[in-house]
This record gives sequence, C-alpha cells and structure tokens, in this order.
Amino acid sequence: MGEKETFDVIGKPYPKKDARVKVTGNCRFGGDISVAGMLHGKLLRSPHAHARILNIDTSKAERLKGVRSVITGKDFPGIWYGNFMHTRDYLPLSIDRVRYIGEEVAAVAAVDEETAWEALDLIKVDYEPLPAVFDPEEAMKEGAPLLYDNKPGNISCISDWAFGDEGVEKAFAESYLVKENTFRTQSIKHGMLETHTCIGTWDSDGKITLESNKQSPYVAWRQLAMGLGIDPNRVRIKQTFIGAGNSGGKQEALAMDFAAVMLSKNTGKPVRIVHTMEEVLMMGHMRHAFKINMKIGVNKEGLIRAVDCLAIADGGAHSSIGQLSIYLMGAWMMIAYKIPNIRYKCSRVYTNKSFAGALRGHVVPQSRFAFEGVMDDIADELGLDHFEIRRRNAATPGYVAPNGFKITSCGFQEALQKAKDVSGWEKKKGKLPKYHGIGLGANGFISGGNIMGLSACSAMLKVQEDGTVALQTGATEVGQGCDTVLPMIVAEVLGIEPDDVSFALVDSDVTPVDGGTWGSRVTFYAGNAVKVAAMDARNQLSKVAAEILQAREEDLVFRKKKISVRNTEKSIELDRLVRLCQNKRGMSIMGRGYYNAPCGNLDFSTGKGNFSPAYSFYAMVTELEVDPETGQVEILGTWTAHDGGIELNPMLVRGQLIGSAIMHIGQTLFEGIIRDEKGKTLNTSFTDYKMATFMDIPKSQSLYSMHIVDPEGPFGAKEAGEGSSGPVIASIANAIKDAIGVRFLELPITPEKIVRAIRERERS
Amino acid sequence: MKQEIELKVNGQICEVEVEPWWTLVDVLRDHLHLTGTKKSCGEGDCGACTVLMDGEPVNSCLMLAIEARGKDITTIEGISQGGELHPIQEAFMKFGAVQCGFCTPGMIMATKALLDRNPNPSEEEIKKSLSGHLCRCTGYVQIIEAVTAAAEKMKTL
Repeated sequence: MGEKETFDVIGKPYPKKDARVKVTGNCRFGGDISVAGMLHGKLLRSPHAHARILNIDTSKAERLKGVRSVITGKDFPGIWYGNFMHTRDYLPLSIDRVRYIGEEVAAVAAVDEETAWEALDLIKVDYEPLPAVFDPEEAMKEGAPLLYDNKPGNISCISDWAFGDEGVEKAFAESYLVKENTFRTQSIKHGMLETHTCIGTWDSDGKITLESNKQSPYVAWRQLAMGLGIDPNRVRIKQTFIGAGNSGGKQEALAMDFAAVMLSKNTGKPVRIVHTMEEVLMMGHMRHAFKINMKIGVNKEGLIRAVDCLAIADGGAHSSIGQLSIYLMGAWMMIAYKIPNIRYKCSRVYTNKSFAGALRGHVVPQSRFAFEGVMDDIADELGLDHFEIRRRNAATPGYVAPNGFKITSCGFQEALQKAKDVSGWEKKKGKLPKYHGIGLGANGFISGGNIMGLSACSAMLKVQEDGTVALQTGATEVGQGCDTVLPMIVAEVLGIEPDDVSFALVDSDVTPVDGGTWGSRVTFYAGNAVKVAAMDARNQLSKVAAEILQAREEDLVFRKKKISVRNTEKSIELDRLVRLCQNKRGMSIMGRGYYNAPCGNLDFSTGKGNFSPAYSFYAMVTELEVDPETGQVEILGTWTAHDGGIELNPMLVRGQLIGSAIMHIGQTLFEGIIRDEKGKTLNTSFTDYKMATFMDIPKSQSLYSMHIVDPEGPFGAKEAGEGSSGPVIASIANAIKDAIGVRFLELPITPEKIVRAIRERERS
Repeated sequence: MKQEIELKVNGQICEVEVEPWWTLVDVLRDHLHLTGTKKSCGEGDCGACTVLMDGEPVNSCLMLAIEARGKDITTIEGISQGGELHPIQEAFMKFGAVQCGFCTPGMIMATKALLDRNPNPSEEEIKKSLSGHLCRCTGYVQIIEAVTAAAEKMKTL
C-alpha cells in the first residue's frame, strides 16, 4: 500500500483535542480529584541546609485531633533509588541526614489540610547542624563538608571524553586563532503553574495505586517499586492530566508519592498530597547552573579545528538524572557545527541546595550561550560575518561527527540563510543606532534518543464498530499536544478524523510500556509507534476489504471514512467493514506497534555512538534596544528559522517554538533562584521568582519552517518541543554585545549589570 | 467557629458552612466542588484562580469566602450557556491558546471581564489587562490572538 501524495489530516492546524475540556473547567487535574474517605497529607521539611537527624518525636502530632498517621524515613526499607546505578541517592524520606533546606523528613495524613499543617508544627526533630557548602568549586576542595561520605570531593558524577584524529592539543597548536572565555549560568525553576499532586492508595491486598501528574509514569513506577522494596507489578501508576512539567519533579517518584502510599497503608484510606507553589519553588528540581570554560580554535577561514570545554555543574543535594545532563552538555555541541577534535570534561558537584535535573531544552540553552558567544568573538577577530562563520562550519546532510552522531536530514544551511534574509541582517548589522543591536544564536537538537534502559515507545489501538479508534500509548500529554498529533497520525493512516480517535491517559496496569515524555521524543518515537499500530490495524482491514471488493490490497485507499479501490467506483464504509469483520468473521480489529530508533545505542562509558535518529536545527536572530539609563532591554523582533522536518500540526509547533522562546527570555534577562548565605531560597513565590509575563514578549516574533522531509520521522517530522530553547539566550546575549559593546559572561543579564557595564565602558 | 453563609455562584444560591478564614478559592473548589477554578500560587501572583465578582475579575485566593456574601460570583463553569461554549472559549480552542490548560480558566475569566468592559481592545490593552496572568506554556502570543478573535466574534452577536 503506497503512501498518499497529499495528506488529509497531517499538516493541518487542528485545535488541541483536550482544549474543550480545559476551557470549560471540566478538566480534572490531580488537585481537583476527591475520593470518598480521602485524607490530606503534608510533608515536614528540613530548616537546615546540612544536618544530622538525631531523633524525631512524632507523638504530639499523632495525638492532635484529626491526625490519622505520622511517618518518617524509618517507615521505609532504607533502599536508595534514583537514576543510574552510581547515582542512586534518593530516599523516600530522609533517615539520618538532611542535605538541603526543604528536604523532606516526615509526613502527616489528617482529615483536612489545616490539621495536617498544624500537625507538622507538632513534630519535634532534633537536628545536629553540620557545616554546609553552597559553591561547587568550594565543595570540590579538600576539607570541604561532604554531603555523601562515599563521594569524595562531593563529586556526584563526571563526564570526561575526547574525540578526534589529531587531538585538541595538536589542533590548537596548528590553529590560526584560539579564543576562550568562561561563562556562568544560573539555576532556574520549571515554572509550571500546576504544582505536584498525588493520591496514594495502598489496598488491603497490597496493591499500590498512585494517581499523579507524572510525565513519565513508568519511570515513577520503577522508582516507587524500588524505594518500597517491592515488585513493580504491585504498583499501578495512573496518570492525571498534567498542568505542564518541563521535566522537573513530575518526571520522577517524589517524597510525596512515597509518603502518600505509606500513609494510605497505615490508615486504610486514600491520601492526597498537593504541593503549594512555595514548596515547589524551594525544593528540588531545578536547572543545572554551570561554569563553562569554552575554548575554540579555528583555521584562517574560520573553520573549527578544536573545541576544549571544561565545565562544573552545580548539582545540589541529589543527582536526579545529572549524569546524563552533564554528558549532554558536551555531546550535543557536536550537532550544529563540524568539530573535528573535541575534549570535554564536566564535574557535577554536590552542594547543600535543592537539586538539579532536566529542564526543557536540558543543557542546550546554557551550552549555546557559551559556544555562540565565542563563535561571535572569533568571527569579529577574523573580520567574518556572524552568519558566514556559521555557514562554513554548519552540519550538512550525511555528516558523521567524530563521536558518532550521524546527521541525516539537515536544513541548517537553509535555516541560516532564511534567518539572515528575513531579519534584514545585512541592512542592520553594524548600521543600527547606538544601544540598538542585532544578534544571532544557532543550535541543533535531538528528536529523542536511545539512552539506557527503555527508550522504545509503544502503542495499541482498537478500531471500533462505529469507525472510531481508541488509542493507547505510553506517551503523556503535558500541554505540547501529543493528545492531538498522535490521533492525527492514526486518522491519516485510517482515513478518518482526529476527533474519531480517543487518546488515553497512561495507566501502568493497562496502557503499554513507554520511556516517557522527555528528550523531545514523543512525536518521533510515539508517532512512529502509533503509525506502526495504525498500519497493523489497516492491514487486517485491508485483507478483508480486498476480498469483499475483489481487489488487490495495494489498490485500496483509506480515505474519508471509506475504503475504496483506486480508479474504480468500488468502496465500503470503514464502520461497515469493521462490523463485517466483527460479526461475520469473528475478528476483533486491534493494532499494536512499538518503535525504537535504528540509530543504535550509545556507549555511555566512552560517549561513542549515535544519539538520535534525527537532529533538528535552529537559527535565531534577535533585534533589541537597550535603555542606557535603566538597563532595560526591549526585544524589538525575533526571527527563528527551524528545520524540524514536516510540521504535523503547524499551530501546535508554533505554540512550542514561541513558548520555549519566551521561557528562555526569562532565563536570559531576569529569572533565577536567589539564596541567602545559609542556603535558604529567598524567592519562593512568583512575586519574587519572576517569570515572563504578557509585558515581556518581543514586539514581533517570526517563525519559519524549512519543510524538509525527514526520512525516519513519522510523515517526515522531527522535534519542536525543546530545540527552540537552544538559540534564545545566545541570540539575545549576542545582540546585547552588538548594542552596547559588552559581552556578558554571566546570567541573568539584569538591568543593573547592563547599567554598570555601560558606565564602566564610558569611563574607560 | 463555622458559620453558614449563602453564596450566589453562577446564578445559583448555595449554602455552605465556612470558617471565617477560608478563602473563596478553597470554598469554591473543596466545598462547592467547582474545581474549574484552579489554585496555583495561592498568593495572587498568577491569576489562575480568577473568578468574576459582580463582573469584576478577582483573585479568589486573596478573598475570604465570607467577603463574597451578597455578590454575584461567576466561575469558568458559569460562562458557557447551557452546553454552548462562549465565544471566548471557542476562540481559545481554535487559536492554540490552550496547552496544558492550567492557566486557562483564569485567563478566560479575565478576558470576559475585559471584553465586557472594552469590546474593542488593542493588543497593548489586552496585554496590560492580562498581565497579571502567568502562562509558562504558550508564550502568550496565541492567547492574544484568541482574545482578539473573540472580540471580533462578540461584536457580531
């Protein structure tokens, strides 16, 4: 059966399927769900950045009217869980040590939230404060307080590798120009509006159910089973609607999840725990803050000969998936430009603060801030146009990087040219008024990857007797629109409408296993799995239809809810065909499929191998104006050219690109966690943790897709959810350099820093 | 000491027993089971809990339930007419203004207050009016487009 030349569904701006239930207020998020007899849980948090727990007296709290159970870390089997064998440093609740202000030490279940809060005040914890360390470089020094006795130098993990035939030393020695600089980026929070929620139920027959807003339910499933010391089949994770996550706490099993199920075990009742925003802003997770020393050597034509990057990642009190994060910071530099020799070393350091993991875009926004800044400086010294130096170094289709990344489809050159043309770069660069600047940022990104453990996505569907489809996958809708795009793929294959395809919430007892929603993988991996499943069902229907219509299967066309025979008048309605299969032939039409990319697996010990089946590319130009008196930056326009393959749903892609960009304007100009000298987070409310509002959006934003088909992606698509975050900080920072002649090496680039820099420049 | 109060919500009189310190958002969600209004920051910074009080948008997390006595409260559940969506709801759906949906009810209520007061807002007026509403997903542009489209549609009704 051939692919159609034109699509009926793919490429159309279908409104999000769940938009209706969300605009009516009928969408029930975790905090909206009440269960009969439900108790309310709250967590007690450490006031110390580093302390031994000597004793916890819960007796007064237990006696408070309305309290049904109080638990501590000792109520759990003491099994450490987490990601990667060497960085399993989570416990359900702390047992004998706390490592950051906010770390969970006890939990209460009571008849209402007020009683639970009151009970927390009655829990008496005897702490022995320990010296704490907050700066990663201080933490690495000999004699620094150790967070984990078995982690000397407070090293959580390291990523250390080199690739290239010549080696960086030789390549630098032979470079025409070598430039380096040290960049510092800050920790930011995910900023989603829905806090973490869970309802835990421990049945009398030992079955544990957790209803929670998990982006990757199977990750939480395994972690919960591990931390409880039980077989995973006893755990059921039921995903609730997710009010965004950006890959923070919603990716893992949290203290609240363990607490809810254990409190349920003790009380025989479901226990709901909902974090307050204050809790979310003070506790883990957050983005890694980096100190990045970036050194790039080029030849006379500006072609990169070598890159040497030495980085320190501020990891906070736990590792989360930090081992992966620090590997990616270096490895993903190999996507956008051809780098023949690279050396990379990053140490992820424990500090007594809330901890760092993934955050939309992962490490690329920080990495590009550094890389693109040095590239611009090199271009300036060589007298090369900023676009020209990128063009010369840009990845091309078929390029294989020294570490093994294989670039397949690649519209990077086209994207660079487009961004240059539409932004008016030639007319503007060097010709703008004072304090007015234009800057370029560029990057590549992945469309999912085969990393350790389960990476495959899977899908199951049933084609029903009314011609509709019930689709189940392991992918979670977090706002990005897979609830719509995955049904669109089914609809295209079977010749029906997206409204005819229902999309299930993930339930580990029922829906198929999946890696989760992260790494910009859902459209690519889940999309391909869904396509396989839909084709499976279509093949079953085709066999019967071919018989009935007396045609060859390859002549059948599934379109407009009918199966027709090409170049004839013969057809049968889809729903009739299904009923015929069911009633006359005793068949049940179900399709199933899974997809794991054919790019092979990376060897994480050496860093060698191909990460992703397809890479996306971005070029972003920012034009802005700086007010020299106030230091305020006004972004006048942005132009982003994007090679993301075919846009399955242009309206949703646009939403991803804009959303990602606005979030990163925040990190560039004003966001960041502020702590005092004792490690306490000071901005635990949106009053002081400032995120972008309506008033911060650029005057205009223009997006351009290159529309180049990717051979492996479903209907030619690549990612859109995260890659667009990559160029933003770099583009704005480079534009500010253009505007005021100062390259800022530290984020955020606040008005105070700008005013100070302008004054210093004028003085000298 | 709990008191029994009467609240008029979405045109209906509801009797509910409340402590004087309970906020309107908690009473709406937990006691009247109108969970369409969301609680996010709980401190009046994000706008997610916005309801209309006598037509004016208020952060229900900053109001005591007892303050709402004698007022006409409208929540997100009350703006569709007997199953028919309000043009604002239609526009939010059609123009990609909804991603995760958590800020959406508050955003829609504030938009209703804006358009009821100013049927022809400029982009600047829309931005200023909604500037107290945080959204981490959309980047705001498609929300502005939805509000503009809703205004156009409402002019024809």
